[in-house]
Amino acid sequence: MLAEPLAQIPESEVRPDTLLRVNNLRTCFRQDGKTVTAVDGVSFDVRKGETLAIVGESGSGKSVTAMSILRLIPSPPGEITDGEILFDGRDVLAMNDEEIRQLRGGDIAMIFQEPMTSMNPVLTVGRQLSEPMVTHGKGDRKSLKARCVELLRQVRIPDPESRLQAYPHQLSGGMRQRVMIAMGLACDPRLIIADEPTTALDVTVQAQILELLKDLTRRNNASMILITHDLGVVARYAERINVMYAGRVVEQGTAREIFKSPRHPYTLGLMASIPRLDQPKGGRLIPITGQPPDLANLPKGCPFHPRCPYAKDQCRQDRPPLTQVSGDHWKACWVDVTEVQPHV
Amino acid sequence: MTVDQISPQQSAFSRKGAEGKDPRAPVEPGRAMADESAVPIRVPLRYRNRHVEFFYRLVTERPMGAFGALICIILLLTGLFASVIAPEGYNAIAPLDRLKPPSAEHWLGTDHLGRDVFARIVHGAQLSVIVAFAATTLSIVISVVIGLVSGYLGGRTDMTTQRLVDGWMCFPDLIILIVAVSVIGPGTWQVILILGLLFGISGSRIVRGAVLSTKENIYVHAAKSMGASTLWILWRHILPNVMPPIIVLFTTRLAAVILAESGLSFLGLGIPPPAPSWGGMLSLDGRSYMFVAPWLAIMPGVALAIAVFGINMFGDALRDLLDPRMRGGTGRYMARVNRKPMP
Repeated sequence: MLAEPLAQIPESEVRPDTLLRVNNLRTCFRQDGKTVTAVDGVSFDVRKGETLAIVGESGSGKSVTAMSILRLIPSPPGEITDGEILFDGRDVLAMNDEEIRQLRGGDIAMIFQEPMTSMNPVLTVGRQLSEPMVTHGKGDRKSLKARCVELLRQVRIPDPESRLQAYPHQLSGGMRQRVMIAMGLACDPRLIIADEPTTALDVTVQAQILELLKDLTRRNNASMILITHDLGVVARYAERINVMYAGRVVEQGTAREIFKSPRHPYTLGLMASIPRLDQPKGGRLIPITGQPPDLANLPKGCPFHPRCPYAKDQCRQDRPPLTQVSGDHWKACWVDVTEVQPHV
Repeated sequence: MTVDQISPQQSAFSRKGAEGKDPRAPVEPGRAMADESAVPIRVPLRYRNRHVEFFYRLVTERPMGAFGALICIILLLTGLFASVIAPEGYNAIAPLDRLKPPSAEHWLGTDHLGRDVFARIVHGAQLSVIVAFAATTLSIVISVVIGLVSGYLGGRTDMTTQRLVDGWMCFPDLIILIVAVSVIGPGTWQVILILGLLFGISGSRIVRGAVLSTKENIYVHAAKSMGASTLWILWRHILPNVMPPIIVLFTTRLAAVILAESGLSFLGLGIPPPAPSWGGMLSLDGRSYMFVAPWLAIMPGVALAIAVFGINMFGDALRDLLDPRMRGGTGRYMARVNRKPMP
């Protein structure tokens, strides 16, 4: 597998406004003598001020990629075995403990997916909210309180002064997620990683939270990595998209490009499996057949071929490299889906 | 994309359709997004002082706990003012008054040397309080340090520590006690040291178990992702969340230490006579004269039982009250919300 060509962005593609550059990242988990490669040669850039969406099924390596960026992979059993993560030109993987601590929460903030459990039940909102600022040594008691109130106001929580004294269980899910966002914003990060920020929230609250995130990142001129499996969310909030499957990027490009002309059969499958407003009501959704592959036991060749309606012999033999479709649009597939008809 | 471009389904249902038109405009308090009912909360605290508030909750929500607390306070005060309550001291021998039943002069009777049992129990309370609190505190400190480090760091550290704890726990307690006492000799501080170490190491298992489940919580990962250091996470996130089992551990150990000290004194390994250890009184005098003067065994026994009961009740109540998840609708914040309906 190592002999195969790895997905790698050529140097010529590196732009000056790149904030985060992940190059050929490989993260493995070892357990009971078995090695599971959860992220296998993933490369992407995040530019200043843009929102990059990472899309894929459960187990496709989205969250592990995000955790790897902050080196939050529990070790053992996890380990980043290969690759390069450059944040603003600095090598994250080579940082010492103190440097990485400054990076976490300072330059890069992460928002987790479960607002119900991502707050410490015994600390008040105020104490938790001030925590990133305390650990990064910003401000004294008084200015912290004022800053907390300001942050809560920014995420549009009513009556922020008295909410500071509330405990997490006294807030609704949407409010807790807002507090988490406020915590993320506390130290003015340049990159926000939102790992499925709206799971466990109902749809109207989801929209509010995403609007809020988008609006706040824009106002603070921060970039965002939005991890989700919801293509509707992606279409609305992301400028660029990474589609991941079985720990690899299978398609990469601008949101416009990918929604207009998806080039990977997996992306096509994802698009076909969501309801659309421009199609008649009552139409059937087309699911992607089969199951996501077992990462410990990947099929030979392209990992998607057992579920792929376009699969041909070459797909069963060789792993496709990430190749350029046009300008900013890349795919990892041997088949040109615009020319070949699927065989069902 | 700004907030005024609200998705169709949202604007259809939200009460304030184009809310927050200009995202740069400060949102005035009380103007909630659609998911919260906007209740401006401006009700003063029921009690300004959180300690008074806590006391109020103890009495109203856990009356048994308040009763236990009362017993604990009496125990503490008795220990503190033993020489005021019983100025004759615990060792005033009066051979003519030996083995007198309870009377107006000797409230709880006298023992075989004519010493007043009440005075001895009062001074015994002092001894019990000192030994129990010192040994338990020591044991909890040991348990917490071992449990936190071993549980949170995991991996090789955990493995090594836990095998050492295993090894320690393999020895029967009594053998360790006898060996330790014969090496460092009997006496109050020796008993405290030995009991603290003994209970501390076995108690670390309970703390470690609690830490293991707590450290997997997302807020711990979140804190780490915010750049918190290991010490900070241990102190701010793990420790407060493992407090409930630690409090229970503390109170059960407090009672257990009182009993263990009695046991040691019974065997002559504890605090040597004539110090009025309750356990010593129960076994030495109590056992010998059980049929002639039953109060000699009953009185210290009752004192022990009451003390242990009070400590346990208070401990349970503490655990419940300190856990914000069990505050239900009566916490400080909710009290303010519920107190006064808004116009």
